[in-house]
Amino acid sequence: MVIKGNGAVNTMEAVKINTKEKERTKVTYHKSVFSSVLTGITWGAAILALAVLVFLVGFILIRGVKNLTLEQFAWTYNTENVTMLPAIINTVTMTVLSLLLAAPLGIFSAIYLVEYANKRGTLVGLIRITAETLSGIPSIVYGLFGMLFFTKTLKMGYSMMSGACTLAIMILPLIMRTAEEALKSVPDSYREASFGLGAGKLRTIFKIVLPSAVPGILSGVILATGRVVGETAALLFTAGTIAKVAGLMDSGRTLAVHMYALSSEGLYMNQMYATGVILMLIVLLINGCSGMIAKKIAKK
Amino acid sequence: MSKIDVSNMDLYYGDFHALKNINLSIDANEVTAFIGPSGCGKSTLLKSINRMNDLVPGCRITGEMLLDGENIYSGKMDVNGLRKRVGMVFQKPNPFPMSIYDNIAYGPRTHGVRSKAKLDDIVEQSLRQAAIWDEVKDRLKKSALGMSGGQQQRLCIARALAVQPEVLLMDEPTSALDPISTSKIEDLAVELKKDYTIIMVTHNMQQAARISDKTAFFLLGEVVEYGETEQIFSMPKDKRTEDYITGRFG
Repeated sequence: MVIKGNGAVNTMEAVKINTKEKERTKVTYHKSVFSSVLTGITWGAAILALAVLVFLVGFILIRGVKNLTLEQFAWTYNTENVTMLPAIINTVTMTVLSLLLAAPLGIFSAIYLVEYANKRGTLVGLIRITAETLSGIPSIVYGLFGMLFFTKTLKMGYSMMSGACTLAIMILPLIMRTAEEALKSVPDSYREASFGLGAGKLRTIFKIVLPSAVPGILSGVILATGRVVGETAALLFTAGTIAKVAGLMDSGRTLAVHMYALSSEGLYMNQMYATGVILMLIVLLINGCSGMIAKKIAKK
Repeated sequence: MSKIDVSNMDLYYGDFHALKNINLSIDANEVTAFIGPSGCGKSTLLKSINRMNDLVPGCRITGEMLLDGENIYSGKMDVNGLRKRVGMVFQKPNPFPMSIYDNIAYGPRTHGVRSKAKLDDIVEQSLRQAAIWDEVKDRLKKSALGMSGGQQQRLCIARALAVQPEVLLMDEPTSALDPISTSKIEDLAVELKKDYTIIMVTHNMQQAARISDKTAFFLLGEVVEYGETEQIFSMPKDKRTEDYITGRFG
């Protein structure tokens, strides 16, 4: 650039060049076809994902809400009212039962893997492979196994108990893996500090390590709850489809199974959508509550 | 009689010979500093005094290490009891994710103190000893993680003091702290030696010179020279010690 006149002119020119350059970069940015296409794709993908969810929820709500009637919450089931109240109660029983069976087992095996086992030992590797394999098996296979083992071999019959045992096996690897990750993420410096004060292993685990890992463990339990509430295939073969409030050794259907039964009979499609609304609300409620609990614990 | 006696001690991590024929005796109510370049074994020796090395797989120790004449590595030694007597402060402040009060009370509770009044007493006393009481007395129920690094480290010292140890091991306690916090911790160490035996690993030679009574210089797993701090820093007997403290290597 040739310098002429005073400095002010120079700076003016510099500003001009600057803005010109800016314009140019702006233009090239917009002109690039590739970048606009990419932007379009990312927007499209995000909107599509949201749209699917909105459509799904909206579809069920629109079809379902208008069909919600009081008689669907009657205490005893008959073919007139096709009530879902027993199924709701059974769902709660099933969830509590299967979590009672699976959560302690899963959490304690995770504690073993992280705190006690020799990390490079063959046993740990074996347990890990087993858990991974188990989590990849389709739920209907669990159902078949449950039917053969719990209902037939152990003579538990079609019952809530057989169903809960089957589901417990199904969600065990999930709880175990999430608990393991949660325990692993607790810094070793906490353990060192606790040992350094003369605390034993048990005290360190229960007073220091576990409390720090609770939010992570809880998130695994929530995922597991979701799977239990939504499960049908494994329960059809083990807990049966009787639409009554079931005791531990009675056959009973959960909400998801109730929905499946209604739709397979083909006569009660409206009631099925109404059931879908309730099932969805329950799942949302569980997610919301557990999120809040996890936050509260984390704050402490 | 000295507080800690180490004789003919060797330590291996698997095949690696980390400490070679260590002979040291550490006196009570003094600050002893371990200096030396990284990886020379000073932290390793420190950690074997309260058997924190037990947590390291493949760690093997031969020779003798006595605390008040009792063999630390004998089968009869109760490791948790030993760690109560020999407290430790780590390189990075590591308060538990709980309130300041619960952090201090964790140790005494571990050793069976249940009474609320007694715990209150211990918490106040330990925090006072660690010169942090005035800064935290109004927020004892608040999380310890909200404190500054220097405060956290003094909290960790208070936590270690709360179980009434006899020996306090400090593993580079100021390496993660700013100069002001560092000087507070140094003052504290000098203050605490009235009641405790303090052993401190440090990378900072000025720090060793400022606060310690005795200094041990480590090199490649051996104690090259051990003696009065003044003598080590003014007239080292060994050429390697002289080279190190004058900054020729390390």
